[in-house]
Amino acid sequence: MIPALGLGIGVILGLILQPTVPGWLQPYLPIAVIAALDAVFGAIRAILDGIFDDKVFVVSFLSNVVVAAFIVFLGDKLGVGNQLAIGVVVVLGVRIFSNVASIRRHLFDA
Amino acid sequence: MSAGSRTAWHRLLLAGKPRLTKANVLATALALLLGFAIAVQVRQNSLQGLDALREDELARILDTLDKDGQRLADEARRLQTSKDLLTSSSTRTEEATRAAQQRLDALAVLTGTVAARGPGITLRIADPERKVTAAALLDAVQELRDAGAEAIQLGEVRVVADTWFADADGGVSVSGTVTPPPYVIKAIGDQHTLSTAMGIPEGVLSRIRSVGANADLTEESNLVVDALHRLSPAQYAQPVPNASTSQGAP
Repeated sequence: MIPALGLGIGVILGLILQPTVPGWLQPYLPIAVIAALDAVFGAIRAILDGIFDDKVFVVSFLSNVVVAAFIVFLGDKLGVGNQLAIGVVVVLGVRIFSNVASIRRHLFDA
Repeated sequence: MSAGSRTAWHRLLLAGKPRLTKANVLATALALLLGFAIAVQVRQNSLQGLDALREDELARILDTLDKDGQRLADEARRLQTSKDLLTSSSTRTEEATRAAQQRLDALAVLTGTVAARGPGITLRIADPERKVTAAALLDAVQELRDAGAEAIQLGEVRVVADTWFADADGGVSVSGTVTPPPYVIKAIGDQHTLSTAMGIPEGVLSRIRSVGANADLTEESNLVVDALHRLSPAQYAQPVPNASTSQGAP
């Protein structure tokens, strides 16, 4: 409950403060957000599976974000930044969908 | 609702209960960060400028701009060239037109088809005894031409190249127009030269006076020669085109 509240507060804070994303972060922030969302949905699924672990969530959240950003960074350096970013988004999107499907099966038996 | 589903809801409720553990606080912080990042990214995306683009996209845009610049520069150069061309050709046309107009004016004055204005002299010959002959008037006209008169008028007749003089009853016939005395000759040209030419010893004035007529010469700074000569087209002479026609007035 409290993390959900934190999410809402974060959105509101972002809307109020309206910070500018620094230039070096701009290519990686969207990918990092997608990766974090994947971690969040994975955590919800783990709760429903009864195997949720706080430490695992925190580590997976942070590592997801860092790895996604690093892959895109590497892609940029190799000259395939765009394609690699698309690949990362596709993989994370598939994972989010499968997690959501699992959550749905748990909650609604469907 | 199946047993599995119930367990799931129960677990969700359990997880939703506010517990103040270290992990929960950490998760909340991460969620806060995530929400913040989402809001910022959404906003950033809506006002995306050049600085949000990737290097290769920027390179592509730069390339496109380069090509556009090149194309526009080429076009500007082309247009500038054609503008220069048009300007110079129109200048040439203007010059030619002006030169032609000058020649036309000079020729019109010469042939007597337009009125002329300028400095000159008026020679008034009172001849009560009818002693002045056509030959004397022709002498006077010839002398004026020699002195550089550009337009001459005798009475109401413009004196041009083919003007002739003949003695007639009651005066002198000038190209068929009988002009009675006093004869008034107007000549446009350099005043001093003209009056000097008239007044030389044994010249026009002295000869006219010697036959008993009275000649009166006045210099005028703004004389108008307004008698016109009607030009008849040449019957035999055809102009020969000259490729290297001079640009100035004749």
